[in-house]
Amino acid sequence: MTEELKAAGSVSAKLPAERFDVIVVGAGPAGNAAAYTLAKSGLSVLQLERGEYPGSKNVQGAILYSNALEKIIPDFRDSAPLERHIVEQRFWLLDERSSLTSANYRSEEFNKPPYNRYTIIRARFDKWFSQKVQEAGALLICETTVTGLLRDNAGRVIGVSTERENGDIYADVVILADGVNSLVPSRAGLRPEIRTCDMALAVKEVLFLPKETIEQRFNISGSEGSVTEIAGGITHGMLGTAFIYTNKDSLAIGIGCILEGMKKQRVTPSELLEGLKNHPMVKPLIAGSEMKEYSAHMIPEGGYKTLPELYGDGWVIVGDSAGFVNAVHREGSNLAMTTGRIAAETIAALKAAGKPMSAANLAAYKESLDASFVMADMKKYQDMPDLLTNHPQYLGSYPSFISGALHDFLTVDGKSKAEKQHQIFQGLRQQRSLWGMLGDAYKFWRTFK
Amino acid sequence: MHIAVCIKQVPDSAQIRVHPVTNTIMRQGVPAIINPFDLFALEEALCLKDRFGARVTVLSMGPLQAEEAMKKALSFGADEAILVTDKVFAGADTLATSYALAAALRRLNEIDPIDIVFTGKQTIDGDTAQVGPGLAIRLGFQLLSYVSSIERIDPETREIIVHRRAEGGVQVLSSRLPCVITMLEGTNEMRFASMPDMFRAARFEVKYWNRDVAGIEDVKQVGLKGSPTVVNKVYAPRPKEVKAQFITGETPGRQADALVAKLFADHPEVASDLVSHLALLAGKGVSK
Repeated sequence: MTEELKAAGSVSAKLPAERFDVIVVGAGPAGNAAAYTLAKSGLSVLQLERGEYPGSKNVQGAILYSNALEKIIPDFRDSAPLERHIVEQRFWLLDERSSLTSANYRSEEFNKPPYNRYTIIRARFDKWFSQKVQEAGALLICETTVTGLLRDNAGRVIGVSTERENGDIYADVVILADGVNSLVPSRAGLRPEIRTCDMALAVKEVLFLPKETIEQRFNISGSEGSVTEIAGGITHGMLGTAFIYTNKDSLAIGIGCILEGMKKQRVTPSELLEGLKNHPMVKPLIAGSEMKEYSAHMIPEGGYKTLPELYGDGWVIVGDSAGFVNAVHREGSNLAMTTGRIAAETIAALKAAGKPMSAANLAAYKESLDASFVMADMKKYQDMPDLLTNHPQYLGSYPSFISGALHDFLTVDGKSKAEKQHQIFQGLRQQRSLWGMLGDAYKFWRTFK
Repeated sequence: MHIAVCIKQVPDSAQIRVHPVTNTIMRQGVPAIINPFDLFALEEALCLKDRFGARVTVLSMGPLQAEEAMKKALSFGADEAILVTDKVFAGADTLATSYALAAALRRLNEIDPIDIVFTGKQTIDGDTAQVGPGLAIRLGFQLLSYVSSIERIDPETREIIVHRRAEGGVQVLSSRLPCVITMLEGTNEMRFASMPDMFRAARFEVKYWNRDVAGIEDVKQVGLKGSPTVVNKVYAPRPKEVKAQFITGETPGRQADALVAKLFADHPEVASDLVSHLALLAGKGVSK
């Protein structure tokens, strides 16, 4: 078959280049929020997704924070596939092998609709969200990888190139929502290479268990659910956390650590997950389950200081692609949806006013973010990544000290309580000087202030 | 030249699991794909489009969700897509499916005479390989099954020569149009769609044909009613539990000796076969 015949057989030879108001790169929470908002505002929107279908490449624990989605689709509860609403949050310290220290918060207030948080299964949720985006009027094309940005002579972004034949597509503005790896902005020189110390790698399994068993083991009923966030020795002293979430008839269990630590310690994510699953405090909760799904994903946890330029001539960047993650509060998808929405609102307003998508005009996106909780939260914890990286004792020796101290204190062995307290304190002093501890406490308090 | 390609949307069987307790198939969350064998049929049709400027119509009987599969077929370069869909078609086995599809193909043939109907060799969910031959019989078309390549088509004389895989060899068959071809796997590779074709598919409105449009009057022939097949039981075969054995030995040579000795002890017939084979070789060596 010759090339001419190939061209004659395809429609490509006959059509002019495609043109849209906006191209959204990616169909995750950020891209969907942006595409939905823009399509609802009447703009012509093309959404390009690399995966086979929206959600095929996406991984999350996953907790849905209602507030961010309510601002986009107020009646989402009527049709979205939600698993359980969260009534209880458990904070656990698990040591490497045997013990558990926990604090739980449960409230009947969380049992009153409209619920604030839900567990979701992303494959189903993303399919639903994408359906909404398409119903709103955006054109979605999957299995198409954006390879670069098209620029005019002045350097303004005027569209995208794709890996497909005749793959250039034009738009007034491109929204980069291509997720954590952020390949398009990186290749285009819009953001620096992401450092391994700013990136966490999380692995997750979905374990099937009958509904009744889950409800019994987690003390929940109906559509109630619980969240368990875990820190401590279970991460081998690396900067990271683990979780167990309850779905309707499955559990999501996962663990994530900063890549740098895994590299140094030569620990594989699957070893960490096996360690968690075999911990005596976790094992009975997942006993008898069958693994349905195994997935791994990176999380950009560098925080405020690693945020790149958020806009330029003809482009904006949103969600994980920019690094909008609040690692302390385990928030990411809500920031993705919110940044996607605000970027879209900015663009729709410019379009309505007949203004060009220049960097000067798109600066309004960053101004809106600065005025919202997104930047307030990002700024609040801007020192946290450095603090935890430079002072691993916060997640290393302190948690193991707490469990050790409690163990000694609760063991009745004929020693006086005063003697025990003295021993515990001496034990701590051996690991860290008094001034060191006071300094740690002060630094920790500062990052939350 | 007008080519019809019959495709089926199937659950990706590589991702299906059996429920550990109820022993039923868990379809939830399993992505739907175009039956992989059908992709070889579609690509072969698209090659004929490239060679002869043929028009390619994709046809499927299935639920509304199959629209996704139709759009995918369009993105590869099919010209038209018809989804034959109706509540009465639900629960169809291969007999009822070929009845409904044949009716739709007859209707399509009235609109635009069909020269070749392509199907995959079989589907990955049913694995029967019956619908393709069923269509040929019902339509009165020539049947060319398990075709690995099309050597020649002469649009003037309407002669077609194909290679067909048979047990123990390849048959080169000469036949005539119109015919039904069921394509063998691995015979070609699906092309990578161009961006304009992706746009065309994304905007394309797939045609829906219900039983009336497809010209089906006798509903007893389609769906569950028209299906004599009865599913008695669904179960997951238990994997045989064989314990792995470790052969020890100081050197790889000793380990190999130990392995051979063990194989010969467990399977004396292998030992005697080998001995007689070696004797034969030795005999040949002597005659040289």
